[in-house]
Amino acid sequence: MAKKETVSQTLIVAFVLCIVCAVIVSSAAVILKPKQDANKELERKINVLAAAGMMEEGADVDQLFSQFTAKVVDLNTGDFIADVDPSTVDSRKEAKDPSVSIELSKKDDLAKIGRRANRAVVYILESDSKIKTIVLPIHGYGLWSTLYGFLAIEGDINTVTGLGFYSHTETPGLGGEIDNPRWKSQWPGKKLYDDSGVLAIQVTKGLNNPELADSIHKIDGLSGATLTTRGVDNLVHYWLGDGGFGPLLTQLKKGG
Amino acid sequence: MSEESQSYKELLLGPIFLNNPIGLQILGICSALAVTSSLNVALVMSVALTAVTACSNLLVSMVRNQIPNSIRIIVQMTIIASLVIVVDQILQAYAFETSKKLSVFVGLIITNCIVMGRAEAFAMKNGPVSSFVDGIGNGLGYSVVLILVGTIRELLGSGTLLGFEILPLVTNGGWYVSNGLLLLPPSSFFIIGFLIWILREWKTEQVEETEYKLAPNSRSLES
Repeated sequence: MAKKETVSQTLIVAFVLCIVCAVIVSSAAVILKPKQDANKELERKINVLAAAGMMEEGADVDQLFSQFTAKVVDLNTGDFIADVDPSTVDSRKEAKDPSVSIELSKKDDLAKIGRRANRAVVYILESDSKIKTIVLPIHGYGLWSTLYGFLAIEGDINTVTGLGFYSHTETPGLGGEIDNPRWKSQWPGKKLYDDSGVLAIQVTKGLNNPELADSIHKIDGLSGATLTTRGVDNLVHYWLGDGGFGPLLTQLKKGG
Repeated sequence: MSEESQSYKELLLGPIFLNNPIGLQILGICSALAVTSSLNVALVMSVALTAVTACSNLLVSMVRNQIPNSIRIIVQMTIIASLVIVVDQILQAYAFETSKKLSVFVGLIITNCIVMGRAEAFAMKNGPVSSFVDGIGNGLGYSVVLILVGTIRELLGSGTLLGFEILPLVTNGGWYVSNGLLLLPPSSFFIIGFLIWILREWKTEQVEETEYKLAPNSRSLES
């Protein structure tokens, strides 16, 4: 009993314990890393497909996703950057690094994201060398948290194919209803721009009257989730505007 | 310790109702509030906690005679923390969806009082096998409460069980108006409160003695 209370015994036990635990923890992390990365990759693919409305139960995700080409976009100019491997770009990480991101002034920061990375990865589905669907990563602040999602647009750069969020912590049952398929089903078919080319998509309060001319731009907001809905409205406006993918979309529209 | 003489059966089944970690010891409430909004998450959390409690009890008990008294808490913490990280890594690899929902709460098993409490109170004084059984028993006791709360919250809050629709929601064209409160953490306070009440009505020996009595003359007089 007396022996184990000595200083040397204390140090030995602490040291051996640290070594053993470190070995266990690091080997678990190393062995399971490929599997975890595969999960994250699969999740990203599913999210892209879901926003493009192509995700079906039991479908082969890899095969569906292989139709898409990932491209890196310079958000400041709207040009594609050809010589960068898209899988190496992590906009979420880059947004924190001052050398590859810009700080947004309060006025410009509609989506309340603080900083925006200079590059983003978009996913393009082409048929007959024309863009059929383009999936844009979007994020912005809701009520409690940053919402991360994808917005898919048709090749005319006007019609929405779908919208989906894959990461948020909005109130379940209220703001969390942005995940509700019935709410999301309002998005496909809506037009982003009005006839004069001005961004007109809007998440509104109150029932959307389909007889009014501008109903094609309007999404019925979630009742009881005013702030979340406003957040969605803001972030869609931000990412489609000049601060986000605006330059890219303008170019695509001209080119198409 | 009187616990030395307990049979394995008592060690395993005792914590479920007689000495429930949540119901009687009031430990581990924090995670019980947070991870019970759906049954699936509650189940995974239960399995994770049971595994960690059992293994940490086993390991702590195996080295208990070597641990100097002055660093025993930090030794237990290190063992528990390592196990939790391993469990977290396994969940991220094999139950990715659920591990995203559990998010930080897997990591917080480290601070779950049940694990620390059993390591300090039981495993430091008992042999490896009975410590292991005690860990499983306490894990089961925690699981029973989590599963009950998870069932009630998911069924009445979202009308589903394990993701299958039981009560069709109005928002999906059914008849059931979901109770949004049950999806928020405060509701599990109420449910756990009711569970403890029911438990103590049934096992009256768990009722604690009141710490004070009203003196007869302190009653308000009718005027």
